[in-house]
Amino acid sequence: MISIQNVSKHYGSFQVLTDCCTEVKKGEVIVVCGPSGSGKSTLIKCVNGLEPFQSGTITVDGISVGNPKTNLSKLRSRVGMVFQHFELFPHMSITDNLSIAQIKVLGRSKDEARAKGLKLLDRVGLKAHAEKFPGQLSGGQQQRVAIARALAMDPICMLFDEPTSALDPEMINEVLDVMVELAREGMTMMCVTHEMGFAKKVANRVIFMDQGRIVEDDSKDAFFANPRSERAQHFLAKILSH
Amino acid sequence: MYEFDWSSIPGALPFLWDGLKVSLEITVTAVAVGIVWGTLLAMLRLSSVRWLGALAAAYVNLFRSIPLVMVLLWFFLIVPQLLKGALSLDPNTDVRLTSAMIGFALFESAYYSEIIRAGIQSVPKGQASAASALGMTYAQAMRLVVLPQAFRNMVPLLLTQAIVLFQDTSLVYVSALADFFGAAYKVGDRDGRLVELLLFAGAVYFVICFAASQLVRRYQKKLNAHVAH
Repeated sequence: MISIQNVSKHYGSFQVLTDCCTEVKKGEVIVVCGPSGSGKSTLIKCVNGLEPFQSGTITVDGISVGNPKTNLSKLRSRVGMVFQHFELFPHMSITDNLSIAQIKVLGRSKDEARAKGLKLLDRVGLKAHAEKFPGQLSGGQQQRVAIARALAMDPICMLFDEPTSALDPEMINEVLDVMVELAREGMTMMCVTHEMGFAKKVANRVIFMDQGRIVEDDSKDAFFANPRSERAQHFLAKILSH
Repeated sequence: MYEFDWSSIPGALPFLWDGLKVSLEITVTAVAVGIVWGTLLAMLRLSSVRWLGALAAAYVNLFRSIPLVMVLLWFFLIVPQLLKGALSLDPNTDVRLTSAMIGFALFESAYYSEIIRAGIQSVPKGQASAASALGMTYAQAMRLVVLPQAFRNMVPLLLTQAIVLFQDTSLVYVSALADFFGAAYKVGDRDGRLVELLLFAGAVYFVICFAASQLVRRYQKKLNAHVAH
């Protein structure tokens, strides 16, 4: 579904990504972790072309992201993305947030888009908030709406860029619950997150990044049981010690 | 001691009212064109195509470095000839109003583009990313997501600029166009009551602009309350 081959990226002389390679098969859930500044968010943003990269290739469903001839907007409309800071549109009601791209990008009718949005809103447990504005919801609720907004486009896969790291602790679980459910339904997912509980529960593989390189790319059992690199051991020891 | 004599004002009111309409017409046109053209300039300046940005920056810097009254004078001297030539108008057609409107609009767009540029930059970058991630094109992301938020933040500044612009319309007197100020001047000159007429004109400008700026302040308070919650 997603294939990342020898991807490198630099800002001027600063190397952000070096020679990253990995594959995400249909239905797989991949967790990407690593210390901050390791390039994990940049890598996931390269997958739908939000960040350009200088060398290597990324294909999504067989379509090359880096190819200038690719219709990136069309490709992005098929790849869902959830951001750290939710990025709901604050000037629109929740319903409009859910339906605007369905209408303007996919060409669905207003009624169809609204019905689909409400169905997904119900699924993330927020149907009662349909007519509110994003500013009236808690962080956890906003992030659930953001997931519903991405799902409304019927994506072939979902990218999560640290979906819980801007949330208060008591709201993290409500978002993770939605993600776990999604994973169990067979959605192809690539998640940048530090939530190791989530990784243990649903990930097929864990990718560990450090200084722009993919240092480990292993099944979750192998990763948690005995990470091969010292840096990953260090990272896990720190993150799991409490 | 100077003796005030206001008697020439009542009879001149219809003429002054026509002048006020000219001032308002110029203001509205310049604001409307200024916002549209200013938005385009702002988007060019923020675009990743470097020469487009440089071109827009040159335009903005040029107009911001020339006194408005000179721009108006040039347009008064040049545009009428061009318009008459281009539209093959009767040489006696009065195109002073049109040329004043064009001059103001082009001049004000430079200022509006700076306000709008700041407004666009005030919208977090993640908003454009989110719009793109949903498959929107650049134009859709701008039109549906970034600009509505930018304009909501900018409305007080845009209106304040419009108030300044309304005052600046008095500069069209250089083309002898009878705007409100010009009309007041003419009446005062004719009746030898310049002081009274100019005091009256000043009072009218003050009332209009002060009332408008109070409205802007009230709107801004409402906006801040809305953002805070």
